Amino acid sequence: MAYEFDFAPVLAQADLLLKGAWFTLQLTAIGTLLGVAIGVLGAGVRAWHVRPFDVLFGLYVELIRNTPFIVQLFFIFFGLPALGIRLSEWQAAVLAMVVNLGAYSTEIIRAGIQAIPKGQLEAAAALAMNRFEAFRHVVLQPALAKVWPALTSQIVIVMLGSAVCSQIATEELSFAANFIQSRNFRAFETYLLTTALYLLMAILLRQSLAWLGQRLLMGRR
Amino acid sequence: MKIFRPLFLATLLCSGALALPAAQADALADISARGVLKVAVPQDFPPFGSVGPDLKPRGLDIDTAQLLADKLGVKLALTPVNSTNRIPFLTTGKVDLVISSLGKNPERAAVIDFSRPYAPFYLAVFGPAEVDIAGIEATAGKTISVTRGSIEDMELSAVAPKGAVIKRFEDNNSTIAAYLSGQVELIASGSVVMAAIAEKNPAKVPVVKVKLKDSPVYVGIAKNEPALMDKVNATLDAAKADGSLNRNAEKWLKQPLPADL
Repeated sequence: MAYEFDFAPVLAQADLLLKGAWFTLQLTAIGTLLGVAIGVLGAGVRAWHVRPFDVLFGLYVELIRNTPFIVQLFFIFFGLPALGIRLSEWQAAVLAMVVNLGAYSTEIIRAGIQAIPKGQLEAAAALAMNRFEAFRHVVLQPALAKVWPALTSQIVIVMLGSAVCSQIATEELSFAANFIQSRNFRAFETYLLTTALYLLMAILLRQSLAWLGQRLLMGRR
Repeated sequence: MKIFRPLFLATLLCSGALALPAAQADALADISARGVLKVAVPQDFPPFGSVGPDLKPRGLDIDTAQLLADKLGVKLALTPVNSTNRIPFLTTGKVDLVISSLGKNPERAAVIDFSRPYAPFYLAVFGPAEVDIAGIEATAGKTISVTRGSIEDMELSAVAPKGAVIKRFEDNNSTIAAYLSGQVELIASGSVVMAAIAEKNPAKVPVVKVKLKDSPVYVGIAKNEPALMDKVNATLDAAKADGSLNRNAEKWLKQPLPADL
């Protein structure tokens, strides 16, 4: 007996899928902004060996990069209430994504900073730039430009990884897909559409980050 | 002689038909004569039936079987079964009774008979004792955890008021963890799951607030055994009256026997 494909029951729930996709994008946007901010801070602290913060960031990076995302998420959502810290599934999902991306982007951006030749900083000093100006124009911008493709990939991975947040009842795209599938048992059709949505979102995210990088970092108009 | 042959055959057939009920004496008399009550029980469905640390079967169903055997004044012989073969064991006469967390439905009622219920089994919304929920409408504004796609999810989604916040989790463990960690105020699940929570976390035993689906469990008896049926029902009625059924429910399900059972 051949399987009869029927997309109608899934398309009838398309609003749920789109709502889920929108939540995934929101999670990703907040997670990326805060995560990269932590990454810049951590990379600066680690590259210049600002004690004791460089050691703390080192521990944080090792802890997060060597444990599974789902365990971090479960610890935040199911574990922290034991200490009286009760976060909603949204707060827990955002926090887990920020913490996760923060660790990875620390290392990515640090690699970019370490690739800046020392002479460039000396040149900045010769031009009478203060430390903040030098960091911003002479270190951070070229460093980010160098690692932008790697950072973009990491952000896309975090967006796709947010699917795991459906495990704590965060109603993002994967949750919507699982929910629809549990109601109409149309697994093939539901997950095919979901896959297409994720693919579309990943391509759009990659393209817009590439466009943004060109404007902000490479100085193209 | 030729004339007599059909007559002879007819007589033979009639006597056979008459002899049949007599040859198959009623099951209650058989049990008494044998001195052993053969009961099919689950071995993989705690708290109704599981294998204890001493490798002996234990659980609510086993205790119920023991209770019936004691009242009949016979020994008990247990046969472990699973949910698919428990009815064939009864219909083929390998056991006298099925006490195996058996719910009633029309398909089963066509092949076997059911006693009065001996224990509750239901899906419900549970919550802390101090939270007052009068009915399903009162769950508006409350968060309820439930396992996505389960029967309780379907039942709850169908009746929950608009304001109720249903959090759907991937599996039973996450659903329970969300409740125990205080991430949700209420939990929708089966009464058996609550017994499991009670065993591991007696401080936070959830109390039933709103029943979603009631499906108590019955003793399965072969068709057309009125004497055995009456005896089982009378024994269960007496056990309810003297509190034995309630003791079993408290012991294994960690919940008192509902008054309407």
